[in-house]
Amino acid sequence: MLDKAFLIPFLPLAAFVVIIFFTHRREKFSSGLAIAMMAAAWVMSIICLIEMLSYHGEHPYQLQQAFDVVNLPGFRLEMGVLIDSLTAIMLIVVTTVSLMVHIYSLGYMHGDIRFSRFFAYLSLFTFAMLGLVVANNFFLIFIFWELVGLTSYLLIGFWYEKKSASDAGKKAFITTKVGDLGFLVGLMMMGMFLGTFNYLEVFEKISAGQMSGGLLTAMAIFIFCGAVGKSAQVPLHVWLPDAMEGPTPVSALIHAATMVAAGVFLVARCMTIFMASPEAALTVATIGMVTSFFAATIALVQNDIKRILAYSTLSQLGYMIMALGLGGYTAGTFHLLTHAFFKALLFLGAGSVIHAVHTNDIQEMGGLSGKMRTTTITFVIASLSIAGIFPLSGFWSKDEIIATAAKHPAFLVASLAVAFMTAFYMFRLCFLTFYGAPRDQHKFDHAHESPRSMTWPLVFLAVLSVVAGWVGIPWLAHGYSSFVYHGEPHHAKPEILLMVVSTVVALSGIGLAYLMYYRRAISADAMARRFQPIYTLLYRKYYVDEVYDVIIIKPVHALARFLWSFDVNVIDGLVNLQATVTLRLAAAKQWFDEYIVDGLVNGIGLVTGAASSALRLVQTGRLANYLLVVLFGLIVIGLLSTTDLLNWVFMGVGIQ
Amino acid sequence: MQLMHYLTLAAILFSIGFYGLLTRRNAIALLMSLELMFNAVNINLVALNRFVTPRDFTGQIFAIFVIVIAAAEATIGLAIVILIYRNWHSIDADRINLLKW
Amino acid sequence: MMEAMVFYLFAFLIVISALAVVTLRNIFHCALFLILCLFSVAGVYVLLHAEFLAVVQVLLYVGAVAILMIFAIMLTSKLAGREIQMTNEQTFLGLFLSFVLLFGLVYALRGTLFRIVAEGPPPQSTLQIGRLLMTDYVLPFELVSVLLLAALIGAIVIARQEGN
Repeated sequence: MLDKAFLIPFLPLAAFVVIIFFTHRREKFSSGLAIAMMAAAWVMSIICLIEMLSYHGEHPYQLQQAFDVVNLPGFRLEMGVLIDSLTAIMLIVVTTVSLMVHIYSLGYMHGDIRFSRFFAYLSLFTFAMLGLVVANNFFLIFIFWELVGLTSYLLIGFWYEKKSASDAGKKAFITTKVGDLGFLVGLMMMGMFLGTFNYLEVFEKISAGQMSGGLLTAMAIFIFCGAVGKSAQVPLHVWLPDAMEGPTPVSALIHAATMVAAGVFLVARCMTIFMASPEAALTVATIGMVTSFFAATIALVQNDIKRILAYSTLSQLGYMIMALGLGGYTAGTFHLLTHAFFKALLFLGAGSVIHAVHTNDIQEMGGLSGKMRTTTITFVIASLSIAGIFPLSGFWSKDEIIATAAKHPAFLVASLAVAFMTAFYMFRLCFLTFYGAPRDQHKFDHAHESPRSMTWPLVFLAVLSVVAGWVGIPWLAHGYSSFVYHGEPHHAKPEILLMVVSTVVALSGIGLAYLMYYRRAISADAMARRFQPIYTLLYRKYYVDEVYDVIIIKPVHALARFLWSFDVNVIDGLVNLQATVTLRLAAAKQWFDEYIVDGLVNGIGLVTGAASSALRLVQTGRLANYLLVVLFGLIVIGLLSTTDLLNWVFMGVGIQ
Repeated sequence: MQLMHYLTLAAILFSIGFYGLLTRRNAIALLMSLELMFNAVNINLVALNRFVTPRDFTGQIFAIFVIVIAAAEATIGLAIVILIYRNWHSIDADRINLLKW
Repeated sequence: MMEAMVFYLFAFLIVISALAVVTLRNIFHCALFLILCLFSVAGVYVLLHAEFLAVVQVLLYVGAVAILMIFAIMLTSKLAGREIQMTNEQTFLGLFLSFVLLFGLVYALRGTLFRIVAEGPPPQSTLQIGRLLMTDYVLPFELVSVLLLAALIGAIVIARQEGN
């Protein structure tokens, strides 16, 4: 099966093609087809994983299948796949979450006018994501990178009749595009200095030291730009919260598990490059840390359920990036795995809640635990997982990360702070949504549990949220860390102290939330009033969007307006001017022709007429006058003939 | 008499006829002046014939022809004058100015 | 001697009558003086031993042309009515030019060397002239005949009354 792993992406692609071109109108068939393809892909991914796990060879499993599309002396383009442990893990993540989202959408998108198209887009997205993880060279991954960007635009702006939705789609696309530019520059450097795009060749050359120092750092950072865009790290994070305008299944798929994971995947894939440049690695880790802290602070005060989850995603992604930057290949990818499951569950659960009460605002919810048992339970499980409570999956992956950060004090402190905040805001969310007295009675009365198609994926993901992390339990002999690693496999030493510290931090976060929002012992409002300025700053997301608007958006608009006015006034003006000049010139020529040329001609006529008027007076009509003149002339000639004058006139000078 | 006398006579007669031609108003008077000029020419011809080529009568024959043609011309001219008189009741040459501008 | 006197007589007559022709007010008088002039010219012909020509002159010119003119005068002038003014306004210029002409001609004549032959004319000029007309100059003779015919017809056509 592993040698046929390259077929996996084509399954959802086939679903997309068939739905878009043929079965558009048959909703049931389209959704069924999409789910069937997805299920097949999921099964294939599982088989691949099992095969890989049972592979016992000297070196870790690595299969490359490729063929050349273009093979010129200076340039080689291949299409192919590289299957190794990281690929296998990513395949599982993507197909599992995608399948759950597909099933969930049956219920959530029921009645939507573009039902079939939604499934087609989901399938296309999954194809793009799967292609991304199996690609064997940077050129190919870039193609799929862009395709993922496109499909996320399509999915985020799915309800494009709403202006905020279409704006969000645009924002996502453009912001990630900025990151992609950096990625492209990095690729160009790679092509220029290393002469190849193939992963294995590139890593070999880097390890051999073919690129060094500043150039390597620069290239690494440029490549990282792509990850910054896709994984919504600071400063390109602004699109993720707005992307919540898309349907909830989209949020679950794209922003919890897959698309944002692409950035993390890229950094993990390029571990060789980052490890070869300490400056780049440090940059990566710092950005990750800053992002996770920054996002967590914002999540503390948000009231939109999906926004909270969005910032939570940002924060967790920051965690992963930070871990990778600090060399924790295993930790970062492990957290990627567990996070995918419980974040997807959280989003789908939020979708379920929104579906029930028709609002996103948690301040209007409350006491839903009674009405929506399944949703509540699964949601709480996911919250515990993300908070990092033993023995759920989140605990193990988060611990790995903290262990990696432990070597660097600043990062350790930040990580623990973030862990505290994570626990706090997640349980704030839980308590406000599911417990206490309902704040909006009307909405509460209408609330009901979601249909089976929606709750079943929740349950499945909840199970995964519990057990998926068990593969990474440090005491395991052949656990995650011996499967997915960079360089040498390391058996993580269980750090009991850190485990205890992180658990304490998490529990205190939950406790504070409990006091504030369940028992109302400490008033949230009072705290907000006391720290008004900070509260406002956090609530307004540090005004980043406003800053961007002023620095970038408005100047670009102004430039566009200026260029438009330039085009209209100057360029069109020039054209019009030329036309006017031509017209004036034509008028002048016409005047000239009419008055001067014609005047000349007419003048000749007039002169002739005048002359004739004068000359005809000679014709008196009288015979006597004529005779006189004739005879006079005759006499004159006669006289002249006596002289030499006539001869001189007629025959020239010097008559003999 | 000598040739020069005859020639001078002819010249005088010619000039008188010339003057009449230029001056007179009556159409018939114009024709008469013209006859004078013809006669002067004839005298010239005959005189020269007599003194320069007496044996050859070319001059006289020429003079005959001149007379005949002068007669024909006088006929036509007078016919025209009569016609003009019939139409305008005047033979004043100054009044016959149809060719005037 | 006699010849000179006759010549001067005829010359005087010619000049005077010519002057009369061009100056007299009454057109009829002019015609009469024209006849006189023509007669005198015939006399000059006789002096020049051109008898035939003299006779032809009298017959044709006086007998035909002058009479014709008199007829025309009769037909066209109102002898009893208002008379036409005699001269037009060109008199001065005409006089001047005439004198110029005269002087020019005389000057030219004086300056010319004529090849005068001493011998006189042969007798019986008429016979000779007739013979020449029929032999050497027969063509012009015939042409002139045609011309006369044309003139005759032309005059009839021109001068006939309407409706005839």
